[in-house]
Amino acid sequence: MNKIYSRIESIVGNVIAVEAQDIAYGELAQVNTRYGASLAETIRLDGKMVYLQVFSGSRGISTGDEVRFLGHPMQVSFSDDLMGRIFDGAGEPRDGGPDLTENLITIAGPAVNPYQRIIPREMIRTGIPMIDVFNTLVKSQKLPIFSVSGEPYNPLLARIAMQAEVDLIILGGMGLKYDDYLFFKDTLEQGGSLSKTIMFVHTAADPIVECLMVPDISLAIAERFALKGKNVLVLLSDMTNFADALKEIAITQEQVPSNRGYPGDLYSQLAARYEKAVDFSDAGSITILAVTTMPGDDVTHPIPDNTGYITEGQFYLRDGHIEPFGSLSRLKQLVNAKTREDHRSIMDAMIKLFAAYRDTLEKKSMGFQMSAWDRKLLKYGELFEQRIMDLSVNIPLEKALDLCWETLAECFEPRETGLRSDLIQKFWIGKK
Amino acid sequence: MTEGFVTAVNGNMVSIQTEGIVTMNEVAYILVGERRLKSEVIRIRGTSVQAQVYEITKGIRVGNRVEFSNELLSVELGPGLLGQIYDGLQNPLPEIANKVGYFLEPGLYLRALPRDIKWHFTPLLRKGDVLKRGMGIGWVPERYFRHIIMMPFDLYGEWKVIEIAPEGDYTIDEAIAEVADSKGNKRHIRMCFSWPVKRAVDCYSERLKPSEPLVTKTRIIDTFFPVAKGGTYCIPGPFGAGKTVLQQVTSRHAEVDIVLIAACGERAGEVVETLKEFPQIIDPKTGRSLMERTVIICNTSSMPVAAREASVYTAVTIAEYYRQMGLDVLLLADSTSRWAQAMREMSGRLEEIPGEEAFPAYLESVIAAFYERAGIVRLYNGKEGSLTIGGTVSPAGGNFEEPVTQATLKVVGAFHGLSRERSDARKYPSIHPLDSWSKYDGIMPKSTVRYAHSFLERGAEISAMMKVVGEEGTSLEDYVIYLKSEFLDAVYLQQNSFDPVDAAVSPARQRHVFKLILKILAADIRFSDKEEARNFFYELRQTMLDLNGTPQDSDMFNALYNRVDAALVDREPEFDNRGLKLMSTLE
Ligand SMILES: Nc1ncnc2c1ncn2[C@@H]1O[C@H](COP(=O)(O)OP(=O)(O)O)[C@@H](O)[C@H]1O
Ligand SMILES: [Mg+2]
Repeated sequence: MNKIYSRIESIVGNVIAVEAQDIAYGELAQVNTRYGASLAETIRLDGKMVYLQVFSGSRGISTGDEVRFLGHPMQVSFSDDLMGRIFDGAGEPRDGGPDLTENLITIAGPAVNPYQRIIPREMIRTGIPMIDVFNTLVKSQKLPIFSVSGEPYNPLLARIAMQAEVDLIILGGMGLKYDDYLFFKDTLEQGGSLSKTIMFVHTAADPIVECLMVPDISLAIAERFALKGKNVLVLLSDMTNFADALKEIAITQEQVPSNRGYPGDLYSQLAARYEKAVDFSDAGSITILAVTTMPGDDVTHPIPDNTGYITEGQFYLRDGHIEPFGSLSRLKQLVNAKTREDHRSIMDAMIKLFAAYRDTLEKKSMGFQMSAWDRKLLKYGELFEQRIMDLSVNIPLEKALDLCWETLAECFEPRETGLRSDLIQKFWIGKK
Repeated sequence: MTEGFVTAVNGNMVSIQTEGIVTMNEVAYILVGERRLKSEVIRIRGTSVQAQVYEITKGIRVGNRVEFSNELLSVELGPGLLGQIYDGLQNPLPEIANKVGYFLEPGLYLRALPRDIKWHFTPLLRKGDVLKRGMGIGWVPERYFRHIIMMPFDLYGEWKVIEIAPEGDYTIDEAIAEVADSKGNKRHIRMCFSWPVKRAVDCYSERLKPSEPLVTKTRIIDTFFPVAKGGTYCIPGPFGAGKTVLQQVTSRHAEVDIVLIAACGERAGEVVETLKEFPQIIDPKTGRSLMERTVIICNTSSMPVAAREASVYTAVTIAEYYRQMGLDVLLLADSTSRWAQAMREMSGRLEEIPGEEAFPAYLESVIAAFYERAGIVRLYNGKEGSLTIGGTVSPAGGNFEEPVTQATLKVVGAFHGLSRERSDARKYPSIHPLDSWSKYDGIMPKSTVRYAHSFLERGAEISAMMKVVGEEGTSLEDYVIYLKSEFLDAVYLQQNSFDPVDAAVSPARQRHVFKLILKILAADIRFSDKEEARNFFYELRQTMLDLNGTPQDSDMFNALYNRVDAALVDREPEFDNRGLKLMSTLE
């Protein structure tokens, strides 16, 4: 027995208000307009007034339109039938396939009890040395790819998706360009991965409120599959669009902005999603890789800034490669002690020397004379860029570590590397 | 009991209509079906009350009944706290997991202390003794501590013991004493009681000046920017700079009795590292697992925001309770910015006039009041107890000019500012040696530290100049100073937290190595050119790094130490007199 109301009291931004009774916070309603029906979610209760955020936006809604409350919060259908299917941000099929209505689950459920979490323990190999050696990806990690628009972040995401060993991929697209949506679809199809993929795609042309639903739906489905023992990789592109949607809605609701127009709870909103990444001790796992495009290439912008505080590191994509500085996998130390004994040390030594190379480059660009040491660094830096940083390099971790030692031996004396003597004894190639 | 009903819901704030008596900050329960959702009264205007709900508010309806508890948000204090893992409202997370599995459940609240354990109680008093709140009545062994059973902190005035239980085994719910005041009011005393988290525990005779160093075993802290027992310090830094790792390392190695870890609004995964590893790590000082001296308060970023605001208070209250037993307690809060943001969210919903970056106008005073709860105190029995607070700050955009960092810097005694530049270059811990400061005395004479620090300052100047005039435009003399500062940085300021030996360096070892470093700094060596100088210092650096990874009681350690010394003496340097004199103060 659903309650129906036929008078809308106010329409501001994408939010409508109706006078209604006994409505639960978060309850869903259906708004029937002459352009079709849309879902709407209760986002505020005030006395008799119920404020609803309309998924398809308020354009064309008339004060005489009908609002029917559904008696439940936002739900999606969960079953194996989801495999290979594509939906929009409201959970409706986008691929012409049948509607799924069975086994409805609530999205945005409570957090995992921290006590039930386990220490991440498994590396996810990608074949990309800048990841495997320097910023190892770990099962259950949440990691953004910080990037300026124009960088090949979606191809990188797709490549990791194809090469990573997981059972299931869920792609959440937010404000995705139609071409990019097709790119993901085609790439996964050609790679034979489409049948183990579920897509929830909001494109740039779709209503903004639907953009907000994408991460919650994607992660709720991922959570169910993980509980059934699947290792799920969730790809989100682009979280900046999600945050901008939050901002737009906060501003139309006249919330006091905290920083450059973004609402004060941006951190909590992003964290609620990213923290869904998890490794269940006796079931599956969720790993999240999310693109965050940086407005104006500014990492201090509130979106990348808040994201950086939440995620377990980040990959910086710049000039077509993963930057050694700034890129970081906070979980790498949990797995790279077990890969090979030289892994940790060589990774630090290579980066310290690369930092010195960058300093030398700067000196060189200012026209200073290059010392013998500078010349060594220049040689090293160029080799590093070619052999290791180039994104097209595709080699297993062990080969990549060997390549690091080779490169060091070609450029330096052992003592110049700052590596401990026992490692040099064991791994240095040539004269020690 | 006062009752009311919900009139509005906005995010995690509800408005309640009530005719009854309401206390500011009291706990109210919102009745939603079977569930009772906990909330805290944060504004009262006539018959309209606003409360922040400690749970997801989905499902609340206008008209839902509300029960006011007439009690402030409190924690339960008594034996059984050590080793626990609580959420921000002191719910034991392991037991919640036992009951409901993987996920947290809104409205499920469990008692904080175990009720079934019998503690072996030994009285410290006799009938007729007169007591004030916070004074010891007896003690029970908890882990390897003598847990003092105290007069509840809210029994103001003087009380005479009229009954005291004999030595024996009791649960925390059994009365172990009965006391009476001069008016004849009588009270049964149990081994546990509660105390409102937002009120500082003040049952001591005086506050003292923090003077004794709190040893963290991190060289750059103990030697250069020390923390004092009973003092306060903060660690601001951009994301990924190493705030959490630094606190984790400190929580393991700090020389204190009890450690409170408040994981406030940051990643759950990090707490997991602590709570899974601590039970396995044996504290060499006590021979017991680290978990036995630790209490974890864990309200991570996806847990309800209002409970996050409460979590730092829950932690500090438990910390004060143990200080009251004459113990040295360290509270590490990561991150105080998330706590401040929780306040900001609520302030926004209350539509208060926002201050800078939309933080509430009272931000500064709230932060100051929190850090003020640290301190070293003289208890009524003459013993001293200390509570040291270290908080990380996560400034927006890594910019220390923002309100939370600035408000914190005004009140703390030491500032460990982490630098993006240093963490990018993998120079850990990335505490910036030129920006950071401490007002406390450390484990070395101040003059020796100042001497070493002067090399860092000059080294930075020379390095900046070299960027302009190039290496060739720099004199050999300046270049050597620059090399010395780089050397000091590489082998002493930087420390490998993941190396079993280097991770924790005792004060004795710090002094021993620092002496050698002073000698190197004070040495005026003749080099023919910069290349030779650089090679010399690289060689020294190599040996020192090997030394840092070698246990002090080994032959290898002495061999490496002597090798550095010999390499220096071989060059027949002249020594700077001031440096030599300072070295002798470290004998
Ligand atoms: N002392 C250290 N030694 C080695 N690596 C460190 C150290 N401190 C930080 N790191 C590296 O930096 C990463 C981020 O550190 P973290 O403490 O999580 O930063 P923050 O809390 O400031 O965001 C760690 O996962 C680790 O890889
Ligand atoms: Mg941190």
